[in-house]
Parts: sequence; structure tokens; C-alpha cells
Amino acid sequence: MHKESEIRYPLIIGDKTYHQITEDVCAPVEGRANKLWYASFTIAVVVALWGLGCIMYTIGRGIGVWGLNTTIDWAWDITNFVWWVGIGHAGTLISAVLLLFRQKWRMAINRSAEAMTIFAVMMAALFPGIHMGRIWMAYWVLPLPNQYGSLWVNFNSPLLWDVFAISTYFSVSLVFWYIGLIPDFATIRDRATRIIPKSIYSILAFGWSGKAKQWIRFEEVSLVLAGLATPLVFSVHSIVSMDFATSVVPGWHTTIFPPYFVAGAIFSGFAMVQTLLIIARKVVSLESYITRKHIESMNIVIVITGSMVGIAYLTELFIAWYSGVEFEQYAFLNRATGPYWWAYAMMMTCNVVTPLIFFIEKVRKSIVISFVISIFVNIGMWFERFVIIVTSLHRDHIPSNWTMFHPTFVDIGIFIGTIGIFFVLFLLYARTFPVLALNELKSILKSSGDNYKKQQH
Amino acid sequence: MSVGKKIYGLYNDDAILVEGAKVVVAKGIKVSDTYSPFPIHGIEKIIGIKWTRIAICAFLYGLTGLALAITGMYYFMIIDWPMYIGGKPNNYFLQNMPSFVPIMFEFTVLCAAHGMALTYFLRNWTLPGVSAKNPHPRTTDDHFAMEIDPSENTSMSVEEIHSLLKETGTVEVFEK
Repeated sequence: MHKESEIRYPLIIGDKTYHQITEDVCAPVEGRANKLWYASFTIAVVVALWGLGCIMYTIGRGIGVWGLNTTIDWAWDITNFVWWVGIGHAGTLISAVLLLFRQKWRMAINRSAEAMTIFAVMMAALFPGIHMGRIWMAYWVLPLPNQYGSLWVNFNSPLLWDVFAISTYFSVSLVFWYIGLIPDFATIRDRATRIIPKSIYSILAFGWSGKAKQWIRFEEVSLVLAGLATPLVFSVHSIVSMDFATSVVPGWHTTIFPPYFVAGAIFSGFAMVQTLLIIARKVVSLESYITRKHIESMNIVIVITGSMVGIAYLTELFIAWYSGVEFEQYAFLNRATGPYWWAYAMMMTCNVVTPLIFFIEKVRKSIVISFVISIFVNIGMWFERFVIIVTSLHRDHIPSNWTMFHPTFVDIGIFIGTIGIFFVLFLLYARTFPVLALNELKSILKSSGDNYKKQQH
Repeated sequence: MSVGKKIYGLYNDDAILVEGAKVVVAKGIKVSDTYSPFPIHGIEKIIGIKWTRIAICAFLYGLTGLALAITGMYYFMIIDWPMYIGGKPNNYFLQNMPSFVPIMFEFTVLCAAHGMALTYFLRNWTLPGVSAKNPHPRTTDDHFAMEIDPSENTSMSVEEIHSLLKETGTVEVFEK
């Protein structure tokens, strides 16, 4: 049997058996929700409905209800889009990249992180959709034969690359997530006693039996999908960054964007995973599986990617000066000291300065501080996109065009609304899906379980 | 026992099942399958199950995707409706290729991943509405089952197989 060094922390705490793991993970699905769940679900539904109302208003009246103007023709919608897509990068990173690196600690968090990824990408895809104005024409982004003499979509455009990248990323993540869920749905199916849940989980489990050959295929498919998803994760946010980087707008036209956006995406994604899991482990009592060690590992990823983002900010400033291009220099000077200095300051503090305290071991093991910092990072990363997008546009080459961006209640409502929809989906998921990858946890119990580790030494 | 029934040995630990399978196979009995709540590494070699070739399928699906993307973009952008946007060259495929790379990559991954997933569902026969074949509900929880088909193992009587399985540390031996 596989043995592990004594100095490695146990990943499953307490005296757990295979059956106990099943019990612990199935408990939230089989039991009744507590008051806290109902309270948060109600709030999330109300916020989501407000958001849906604002979306409907936008579709009914047109994009004019947003705060956009002729100078700033891209603002909150694209900021929110990039923010949500960025958040949607942690799930597949955890399940794919960490699988390839054989990081066992991913097993306690991959399921929820992937769920979060899928919901976040759904929220992201909403924004370009409604920004089209006529959302029922959304299928025009696909290269379909048509009556205009077969006028095709422009394959030279990064916006079309984005269509392919986001749809590939979403559908591959969904399949990856679902393939992992099937054996766990089978566990819930076989435990169910009431007829309705049993038939629902029977359908969801696709008739999984756990045969030897099925498991061989399962592991092979997971490995190959991880291999495919790893470059995919890096490509998606690179392509999102090219929406800006291939333009000729000062402040956007930089070659550092792809790696800088990818680091930022991982950074914000891990922060959101941290925010959700610190709450989830308490609410569904999974402290034995999502341990302090897991939180610390995620904090290490946050501090490393945060520092990478910090270096990218400084590099941008240096290159703007070094390029000798006055427009580029002004764009960055205006960012830091112009009328949007406060957004720039928010971005710098939340993304670069605050995560640095994770270099102190005590701090990164503290659950409360981790939670607070994760919120800071979420806010900081939103401001990063706002800074890049709005401050680069609001003062263009003709000073008579210079203006400020003022969001309307619809802009704000849609953004807050997507957070509501996201939480509605996540809360429903937490009550009906196995929130931990049961089968994977069981496979590491004997090597990384607390009780088994004690027996070995 | 009635015809077509299979014998199942139920274990409460994967390590015991692996040892049990070695004993049973050494006696010349063919183990037709195992049912477990998580993958038991190495069991396929003991009971003689071939490794899957699904990764090769994924590679072929990926190649198909790449070929489709290249042909598609060549037809749309070079042959059917060449566009002059942003001074990007579009008379020859190779000149225009750099801006086709992102979609070539994405489409390769799209076809490889979904082709492989479909193959996986069909080969495993795990589809919505399919009924599960596991002999005992706890084989998706904390128990492990070994399946022996008496019609494939005529060298031993059913009773002998029963007692052999019991010796390997089963929790229960049953027919289904």
C-alpha cells in the first residue's frame, strides 16, 4: 500500500471510515436544511430577482439604460464579464492542474470549486449576451450559413476567439464536473429510501455500477480531461485579455496582458473558492475534510499569484515609461493620479498589499483572516478590471471627448443580481449535490487519513 | 441454483478483496468483475481486465477537431468571403494563420473532450435511464464485491466456490 511521510499533514482529520465519509457528505443532501440556509437562500433569491428585473428592463429598453456614453462604450458589463470569467478559473485549475501534479489536497475542494466555476462562467456569459442588445440574435456569433450571401463571422477577431474559448471552457468544465459526480450520485441513489429522491438520483447517476472496467475508464478519462483542461484554463483568460491587448488603445495595447490576466484569474478564483468554502465547511459541518491545511494551501496560491499580479502592475508602469510613447505614459499616469485614482488605490491595496500578510505562517493558518482577505481580493480584482477598462477609455486622444463614467441603477442592479443568481445556484447545489468528491476522498483515506497515518507510525 | 445466477463475495475492505482475488485466481477461478465505491488500483492485472484505449480515441477526436477547424476557417475566411479588416492579410491561409491559432486550439480541445466523454458514456453504458448493475447497495458506500460466473468456472461446483470465497475473508457470499 502507498505510504506517506510522517511530516505530511493528514488531509482527513478524525477517526473516519469509508462509511463515515459517506455519512458526512450525504448528510446535507439527505437531511433538512437549517434556518441559516433558508435565510441566505431567501436573500439570494430576492437579489437575483432584482437582477433579473434589471436584465429584463435592459432587454426591453435597450443598452441606453446603462451608463455608457460615446467615450466610454464599454464599462460595467465587460468589467463584470471579466471578473466572473476570472473567478471561473479556479475550479478547473484545482481539478485539472492539481490532478496532474498529484496534489491530494485538491480532493476535498475540487467538487465545490468546479461547481463555482460553472456558475461563475454562466454569470460571465450573461454579460456579452445582454450587451448585444438583441439577445435573440445571439446565435449570430456562430459561423452559420445565412441569407446575406453567407457573410461569415470574423475569425480574425479576438471577440470571436472569446466565443469559442468561453463555450469550450464552459462545456468541457461541465462534462469534467459531471463525470466526477456520477459515482457519487450512485452512492446517494443506493442510500435513498424515499421513492422520488431515489428515482431522481437514479437518473442523475446514469446507471453507474462501479465495475472494475468502469473505474479504469473513469481514471483515464479524468487524467486525459485534466491534460486537455490545463492548457484550456491558460488559453481562456489569455484570449479574454486579447480582447483588450489586440486593440490600439493606450493602456490596453500591451503584450504582458495574457500571463498577467491568467495570474489574476487564478488569484481571484482562489479567493472566491476561499470565501465560499470557509462558509460551506461550517454550514454543512465538513471541517474534518476542509481543514486548516487546505485553507493554508489555498492561501499560498493566493499570495503567489497575487505577487505575480503585483509584479505585472509594476512592469506595466515601467514599460509605459520606458516605451517613450507619451499616450501610453499618460494613460498610466492618469490611472494612478487622475480622477479615478481611488479605483487604482483600491486595486493596489486589495490585490498587492493585503495578500502579502499571508507570508506570515500564523496569518495564513487563521480562518478569520483568510476569509477577510479573500473578500478584499474579490473586491480588488473587480476594481482591477474597472481600472483597466474605464480609465483607459475615459480620456482618449481628443480632450473634448473626456468624460466620466456614471453607472445607472440598472448597471448596479445587474451586477448585484448576478451575485444573487450565483448564490442561488450555489446554495441549491450545496443542498442537492455531494459537495465533496466522495470516491476520491475514499481513495486517499488510507494514505492521508488521520487515523491510518497514526497506525502506520 | 437457477441458471444465469452469479456468485458475489462481499468484502468490507479493498485490501482484503485484492488479497482474496489473488487467492481465487490462483485456484484457477475466473473473476468476471469487481464492484467498488472507488477505483482499486492494480485489480485489473489480477483479474485480467485490459487497460482502456479511450485516450487513443481522445487523440483521434482531437485530430478531427483540428482538421475541421482548419478546413472551416480556410473556407470561410480565404475562399468564400475574404475580408479586409485591420490590414490583416487574408489572401493565403498561411499568412492569415496566426490569428486562426486560438480557434484551432479551442476546437481541438472541444472535439477531443466531448468525443472522449461520449465514448466514455457509451462504452461504460452509463446514460440517463440505464439501471445500475451493482449487486449490493453498499458497494457504492463502503463494501466491495467480487463477481464470479459459475458457467465460466465449471472446474468447481457452486458450493466449492462459496466456501473458497468465505475463506478469503468475505462479509457475505450471495447469489444474484
